Amino acid sequence: MFDTLTDRLGNIFGRLRNRGKLSESDINAVMAEVRTALLEADVNLKVAKQFQDKVTERCLESQIHTALNPAQQVIKIVNDELIEMLGGQALNLVYSEKPPTVILLAGLQGVGKTTNAVKLAKWFKSQGRNPILVGADLQRPAAVEQLRTLASGIDIPVFSESSEPIKVARNGLSEAISTGRDVLICDTAGRLSIDENLMSEIREISDEIKPHYTFLVIDAMTGQEAVNVAKSFNDKLTLDGMIITKLDGDSRGGAALSAKTVVGKPIAFASTGEKIEDFEVFHPDRLASRILGMGDVLTLIEKAEDAFDQQEAQRAADRLLSGEFNLEDFLEQMQQLKKMGPLQNIVGMMPDLPQGVNPDDVDETRLTRVEAIITSMTYEERDRPEIIDGSRRSRIAKGSGVSIQEVSLLLKQFKEIKRMMKGAVKPNRKKKKKSSKGRKGKQNPRAKTGIEKKENVFDLSEFGSFKN
Amino acid sequence: MKKISSELENTRKTFSFFSRLKRNPQIDNNFWSEIEEALIQADVGIIATSRIIDGLRAKSNEMKLSTTQSILDLLKDQLKESLEKFNTELNLDGNPAVWVFVGVNGVGKTTSVAKIANWKSKENQRIVLAAGDTFRAAASEQLEMWADSCGAELIKGADGADPSSVIFDATEYAHAKNATLVLADTAGRLHTKSNLMQELEKIVRVANKGSGTVAEILLVLDATVGQNGLQQAKFFAESVDLTGIILTKLDGSSKGGIIFAIAEELAIPIKLIGIGEDKEDLIPFDPELFVEKILDFQEDM
Repeated sequence: MFDTLTDRLGNIFGRLRNRGKLSESDINAVMAEVRTALLEADVNLKVAKQFQDKVTERCLESQIHTALNPAQQVIKIVNDELIEMLGGQALNLVYSEKPPTVILLAGLQGVGKTTNAVKLAKWFKSQGRNPILVGADLQRPAAVEQLRTLASGIDIPVFSESSEPIKVARNGLSEAISTGRDVLICDTAGRLSIDENLMSEIREISDEIKPHYTFLVIDAMTGQEAVNVAKSFNDKLTLDGMIITKLDGDSRGGAALSAKTVVGKPIAFASTGEKIEDFEVFHPDRLASRILGMGDVLTLIEKAEDAFDQQEAQRAADRLLSGEFNLEDFLEQMQQLKKMGPLQNIVGMMPDLPQGVNPDDVDETRLTRVEAIITSMTYEERDRPEIIDGSRRSRIAKGSGVSIQEVSLLLKQFKEIKRMMKGAVKPNRKKKKKSSKGRKGKQNPRAKTGIEKKENVFDLSEFGSFKN
Repeated sequence: MKKISSELENTRKTFSFFSRLKRNPQIDNNFWSEIEEALIQADVGIIATSRIIDGLRAKSNEMKLSTTQSILDLLKDQLKESLEKFNTELNLDGNPAVWVFVGVNGVGKTTSVAKIANWKSKENQRIVLAAGDTFRAAASEQLEMWADSCGAELIKGADGADPSSVIFDATEYAHAKNATLVLADTAGRLHTKSNLMQELEKIVRVANKGSGTVAEILLVLDATVGQNGLQQAKFFAESVDLTGIILTKLDGSSKGGIIFAIAEELAIPIKLIGIGEDKEDLIPFDPELFVEKILDFQEDM
């Protein structure tokens, strides 16, 4: 996500780093390039201009052109302004004292309202709430069907009836109260911001159920029109924030970068994949550093905490340290990694990716093939890969539908990993064991390989708690 | 055609860059940068915009154009030309002919299938719809409701079934029943998901294996899309042989300017445009009207 912009800015700043001093006209030239990069990423024209002016002004004000190493300072100013442009703090959702907390979703056709209504419901459920979905999209054929199918998969009730959207919303609210649900999410039909009848209709729905939060659902691939759409909806409904969808493609996300500046409302949530759980609270500050190629370690750690079973990870780490780590353990680790979400997203969060590494090139099917290879082995083979000879190799290759070379490559790589791990950990083995015993409570899985721990380069406590 | 004109009225009220420009007779830097901004705001993209403006400046110098009016007319002609050079006929060869609809999520594939079914059944063609979107919940129900309303037949599989087999079955069924056209819906897929793009290649391969012939592979593109639209077209074109584009949701305030870059770089013609939610709201693409909408020339015409 945002890779194009990241690449472009990376190029611009890379050239900047080689410069000793910057004259005023250098700064102007750099900022013109930044503007072009933003426009290519679908940032709204006015917003891009405003950004350019502001950053230029701040650079000139802070006398950057007289400083000795100006590149770092320029990047810092751009980072600050990016965070500002994206909306500063993450949304702090406050639940209504008198349940249910009512949430209304609105947006154009095809942006993903129905899917994200369910994703949002699932998110509330994971926060310990009891949501209900109300299907007030009576326009699109089978929209309510879609809502019901998706919701039944995660066990969340849906209210709808074939009457009128406003009535559905009203009756949905009474249903929520009488069945004791504490969050209500109302899905509505897609509508054009210039369709006055439908815009009045959603206003009436809003007046009827008086939502505590109104979110505009917006497609990350939207172009220049995004801000006008956001503005029209905000004029009619007073938005509390936005949900940005389809961020898992190579979308440039300019809509996300522009909307806050124009309507003053932040992005609250982001949808990052097709699965119901690919949905997260949006952190503007983290995204800004990601756009500037500095990765998003915090989200990465959170994802790891959610996906990894603590005891399982501990057991695997212990086995790794004692040299007993086998292919079965390797398989388990891999399956946990897959639980963290699409691999492209994970790679995209890593800081300082080498130039030319594109998260979109990550091929998740390779993981699946490795899985197939290992599951085609007997338990004995997984435990002692060294017994795998030529005939076993060809049997495994046949069983998993890959070439013999691929099996050999995996075995070779596994041997290499094992060798490296033993080498890295051995000198500190005793100390590590002691410290892991001594620790209490929730630990971070990254700290458990023992490698970071040993050199103490990755002490996570300094970041505080990562839970929302 | 009536509908799009009334939509143009809509944009007229809100968007008047060019009408204002024409009143200003001065050909200065301001004039050029206003054209640039108008094109960028129509999602033409900064690279295509620079190319268009450089060409326009050179040409208007060469022709010694001295009024803003004449330069704007030249711009309009050039934009129109860049879209007019394509064959926009829809191919019906095959027994049956199979039209496959592809695109990212939420662009309006299913709705476009339904609108074409409605249009072609009115021409007394026998149509079979293939519910090849077996992924999105209730996608086949959505198509079923449309099919009922225009009297087309629908072949569908179970949820999560292999879309290739659903579409293959539909072509064989159509062949047996002497239907002339199969409209194959597919699941929305982001163009960066290589496994899903491979699935699409398989769909086309398998659809060609039986009695039918894939005569059109139409990329459905949402007019609200920004610069990502070019990426979508590129990736889909790499995976399957796109024969045309359906540009949807042109009834909104979006202009769909990305198609100039697509036409220039990939030479894929726009064949149809979607202009509303009713089943009649799909019409042949008209470069002239489209360019007028992009440039908002309507006011003085």
